[in-house]
Formats: sequence, C-alpha cells, structure tokens
Amino acid sequence: MLGLTAKDTTLLIIVAVLTLFAPFILNPFPTDSAMAQFNAGYPDLMQRFVIFGIFAIGFNILFGLTGYLSFGHAAFLGVGSYSAVWMMKLLTMNVIPAIVLSVIVAGLFSVVIGYISLRRSGIYFSILTLAFAQMSYNLAYSVLTPVTNGETGLQIALDDPRILDGANAPQYPNLFGTEMNDAVTMALGPWAFTFSVGYYVCAIIMMLAFYLSIRIFRSPFGMMLRAVKSNQQRMNYTGLNTRPYTLAAFVISGMYAGLAGGLMASMDPLAGAERMQWTASGEVVLMTILGGAGTLIGPVVGAGFIKYFENIFSKINDSILHQWFSFMPEGIEDLLVFLVHPFIGKGWHLTLGLLFMLVVIFLPGGLVEGGQRLSRMFGRKAKTSDEKTDGKTSPAE
Amino acid sequence: MGILEIKNVNKRFGGLQALGNVNLSVAENTVHAIIGPNGAGKSTLLNCLVGKLIPDTGSVMFDGQSVLGRAPYEINQMGISRVFQTPEIFGDLTVMENMLIPCFAKRDGSFEMNALSTMSKQRDIMEKAEQMLVDMNMADKRHMHAASMSRGDKRRLEIGMCLSQEPRLLLLDEPTAGMARADTNNTIDLLKQIKAERDITIAIIEHDMHVVFSLAERITVLAQGTPLVEDTPEKIKGHPKVREAYLGESA
Ligand SMILES: Nc1ncnc2c1ncn2[C@@H]1O[C@H](COP(=O)(O)OP(=O)(O)OP(=O)(O)O)[C@@H](O)[C@H]1O
Ligand SMILES: [Mg+2]
Repeated sequence: MLGLTAKDTTLLIIVAVLTLFAPFILNPFPTDSAMAQFNAGYPDLMQRFVIFGIFAIGFNILFGLTGYLSFGHAAFLGVGSYSAVWMMKLLTMNVIPAIVLSVIVAGLFSVVIGYISLRRSGIYFSILTLAFAQMSYNLAYSVLTPVTNGETGLQIALDDPRILDGANAPQYPNLFGTEMNDAVTMALGPWAFTFSVGYYVCAIIMMLAFYLSIRIFRSPFGMMLRAVKSNQQRMNYTGLNTRPYTLAAFVISGMYAGLAGGLMASMDPLAGAERMQWTASGEVVLMTILGGAGTLIGPVVGAGFIKYFENIFSKINDSILHQWFSFMPEGIEDLLVFLVHPFIGKGWHLTLGLLFMLVVIFLPGGLVEGGQRLSRMFGRKAKTSDEKTDGKTSPAE
Repeated sequence: MGILEIKNVNKRFGGLQALGNVNLSVAENTVHAIIGPNGAGKSTLLNCLVGKLIPDTGSVMFDGQSVLGRAPYEINQMGISRVFQTPEIFGDLTVMENMLIPCFAKRDGSFEMNALSTMSKQRDIMEKAEQMLVDMNMADKRHMHAASMSRGDKRRLEIGMCLSQEPRLLLLDEPTAGMARADTNNTIDLLKQIKAERDITIAIIEHDMHVVFSLAERITVLAQGTPLVEDTPEKIKGHPKVREAYLGESA
C-alpha cells in the first residue's frame, strides 16, 4: 500500500493508530487519582511529543543513514520558528504559510551550512556543525536583534500588519479559522480526555513526515546513504559522488527540523534564541540514539521518552514521595525519600543520564532493540519493531 | 596506442622512490599481468590510475583522455573499475545491495535523487544484480550481511560488483589472494568467460603464477618501482632477469 511493503504498512498503521488515539492512551489514570500526575495526555505535552518526533525522524535520515553526526540541528529548528512567527506577523495567522516558509528557509539555511560542513567528515564535521549552530545562536541573541528580537524573543503583536487577514480574522494561530488551541474535553466517568486542534494538526503532519521517511529509507537513495556510512572509499571507486548524497540527506533533515520549528511556533507563536542552543542540538542526538539510530520508529520513541521524562519526572517532588512511601515506618519513609530525591524534580537529568548510559551500553540498537529482544523473549513475532539497518551508531569516517 | 598509456610516472613517499620512470602500455582487449616482489610498487601504480594517488610526474591516459586530476568517481565513470588488495565492499549492507549499487552507478551516473522511488520499480537493475549473483555463484547468499562472509567470498563479491559495471578496463589487485583453490579456479574461469563474451581489458596484479599464466597475454615485471621487462608469458617464464629479480634465483 502507498508504495510500502506489507511490514512497513503495518508499522505505519500502528503509528497512525497510536497517534490518533494518544489522548486516550496517554491518559490511563482517572483525573483525581494519585497516579494522575503520570498522565501525559494534555495537548501541550502531546504536541511536544510529535513535534520532537518530527525533529528526530529528520535527524535520523542524516545520522542514522549516513552516520554523519550533526551537532547543530537546533539551528534549523530555530530558523524555522523565526520564519513561522514572521509569516504570522506579516501575512496571516493561518499556520499553513508559516509552516511552508519555515521548511523553505530551514532548507536554504541547511544548504549553506551543509555545503561547508560536509567538506570534512567524522568529528571535524560534527565540530563544524556545532560551530555554525552556536554562531547562529549568538547572532540571533544579539546582532540580529531587529529580526529576532534578541533576548525577549520574537512575538506576535496586535499591531502587526498581517496583510492577508481581514478585520475579523482570529488573533491566534489557526487553520482557516479553527484556532490551534481550540479543544474539547470529554469526561468518561472519572476520566477526562482532551482533544485539541493543535495536537491533531501536528499529529497528521508527523504521520506524513514518518511516511516520507519510510519511503526515503526504502528507496535506492536511502540505500546509497547507508552505503556512504558503510564504505565511502568503495562508493567513490564505484563511480558515485558521495558529496551530493550527503548534502541531500543534510538538507532533508534540516527541512524536517525547520518543519518542527515551524510547528512549534504555530502552536505557541513565539520564537527565542535558546531554541538554537547547543543543548537543544544535543537533545535530538540523545533522542535518536536512545530510541535507536538507523531504525524507522526509534527516533519517535526516543523523542517521546525524553519529553515524558522532562515533563513528568521533573514534576515529582518530595511531598509526593512522602505520600507514596507513607505506608512505611517514619524513619524508613524519610530514608527512602532522601534516597530517591536526587533522581526526581530537578534531578530528572540524572535519571535520564543513567538510563541513557544503560541503553547505550546494553542496547546499542536503542530502545527499539530492547523491544525486539523482549518480543523475541516472549516468542512473539516482532511486529512493531522495524528492521534495523545497523545497530552501530559510529560516525562516518 | 593502447587503451591505457602510462608515461614516465614517478611517485615518491618521502625518501622512498615507490615508482621510478614507469612506462607501460596496455593494449585494448588484452589481459595484462603486472608481477613483481612485495613492495615493488604494483599497488601504488594502480593507485595512480584510479585517482587515489597523483603521480609526482608523468602522464596517465585512458582511451586518449588524461585521468590525472580527476576524482575517483569520475575515473570510474570513464570506464575503469578496480578490485582492491584488501576487499572493499559495503560490509553493513546485504550481498544483494552490494551488487545493486554498482548497477545504479552504471545506469544513473554519479548522483541520482531517487528518494521516492522503490526497489520494486527498478526491475532492470534488480534483474541485472540477480543475474550477476547467479554468475558469481552467490545467489544463495543474497540476504547475508556482506561483512559476515569469508574473505574469499568478499573478494568474489567485489569482482562481481566491478564486472556488473561493465567496465572497459578492469584493474585487479591480487584478486585470488585468500581464496580456496576451487574458488581461484572458478575466478579464472569467470574472467576467461567474461573476456570471451565482451570487450574488456584487464590489468591484473597477482602473485599466484597459476593464475598469471592461465590468463595473461602480456606480462610486465616490476621491481623496485621500475619495469624490468615486458613480454609474452612464454618468454617471461624463461627470462634470466626475471628469475633473478622475481624468483630470487641467480642467473
Ligand atoms: N601511502 C604510502 N605512504 C608511504 N609509503 C607507501 C605508501 N604506499 C605504499 N608505500 C610504500 O611503497 C612501496 C610500494 O608499495 P606497494 O603497496 O605499491 O607494493 P606492492 O608491489 O603492491 O607490494 P605487495 O605485493 O606486497 O602488495 C612499499 O615500500 C610501501 O611501503
Ligand atoms: Mg600491493
């Protein structure tokens, strides 16, 4: 179906079902139960899941296939956000032009950065991309203040021209009049499920992005990218010019990043320089490796995992811990809270760091490999796990 | 004029004169062997032909065009394919994919943005690669990871990859090293068959004299970076200078 093999179609359908029903799936606990804080089914967080999913899917086309490890992809995300906000200031609050522009601008930007950075490979390539991204960040923060509004960040204002919008047009990002933050909440007994327009816009775009990535992975072009990672020397002596292949992969992944940035601005119309900082570039590397670089579904899993930790684990505090351990004798309760304390709240980075180390050491193929092992252990055919192209994530020579 | 004309090629590595005034002409549609002791400069010479090294002086002409200053992929697209001394294949890819890639390079050139195509749409290429696997007697290994094969199989795969490009000049650097006797004989037969079926020029470096004398029509003996003699296999066999330099016998 749609030019996919039966196995890939199954994967796509599973992803589609999971994303469409995410408001249910991510809210398994009744609203006023003690476990409700583990619910992730609110629009803001779900949007982040899919937007970072898009970012990581794109990053994986470069890193997972060619092995070129970019440390500057957040720059494209940032550029996408700025472009989208400008579109919403100047033309219209409709998100479509904003998203289209963010993809185009990020694409152009990545042609330039990619063209220069790809003159080198391995660690030098990574350093070059990092340098470019930090340069962009600093420019956005200071020199380019007229365009980026510096520290404050670029925002929309009531007196923006918006030449395409009539007098009665919505003041917030919308899709032909339907605002992104419109939502309906459905109460089912003790449960409450929220369906927001913004989430479904992001989710549908993510499914398209995911479908496109499957097509790229399975295409002759995708095979060439894997060949680049495997043996550049053989590529060259087989009459293939590796430079345009790597540049094309770089630009495609830059455009995915731009798309993610544009969507971010469409959900919340503001763009700040911190979106381009190197920590943001590092985050997408972590997502991809954690989920499984070079696998189809891995980056999405990794993105969801990290965003869940960031938003849920960081909210657990000592009083919640005391509640959990209150059935213990006083002294032991305090001791347990004391022991767990460093790993929660602000300490979520520590938990994530440990998890990341465990995954990299014991599951070099990422969480996807973990899933495959589990399903093999239980003797079932691994259905959701896609075929790994390569478990190793070593940068290209 | 041969299809390959090497004139006055010199190459130094620091203080080492790896190639000293090499002149060599390879006639079209012949098998030309280059033999010589270890370190004679045979691989270095091939490196100068495919753009891996640039000679310090001299010229290398292929079919009337200079190859010097061209990138390796351009030289390959001119019609020169090379099998390396240590197998160079795509270890992370399957055997079938290894065979597909040169077929794409032959049909589509050095770059093709076919990101939305599918393999099943590439019927001509799939069939060609499949046929090549059958010819190489590797069809049963098509789904194997290339890296997990034996050294001899890797080398046969590499030869198949080069042949699937239908090169006009095929450069083989010790193609049967590390192969079992049976595979060596298969390789000889395969090369003979290819030679009989189509127009191809082969330059082969080989230590195995059985292979050399089974295939070669001309032989050049290289010693310390300089060609000693060039002649037919019969003449080379009895040549005193060759026995001295190459076989280590005093004349
Ligand atoms: N890149 C290089 N840098 C420095 N020295 C080199 C380089 N490549 C080859 N040499 C030296 O040049 C000489 C010729 O090497 P070459 O590999 O061409 O020999 P060969 O005839 O292919 O030998 P063998 O039969 O062992 O493959 C050797 O002394 C080798 O050490
Ligand atoms: Mg050699």
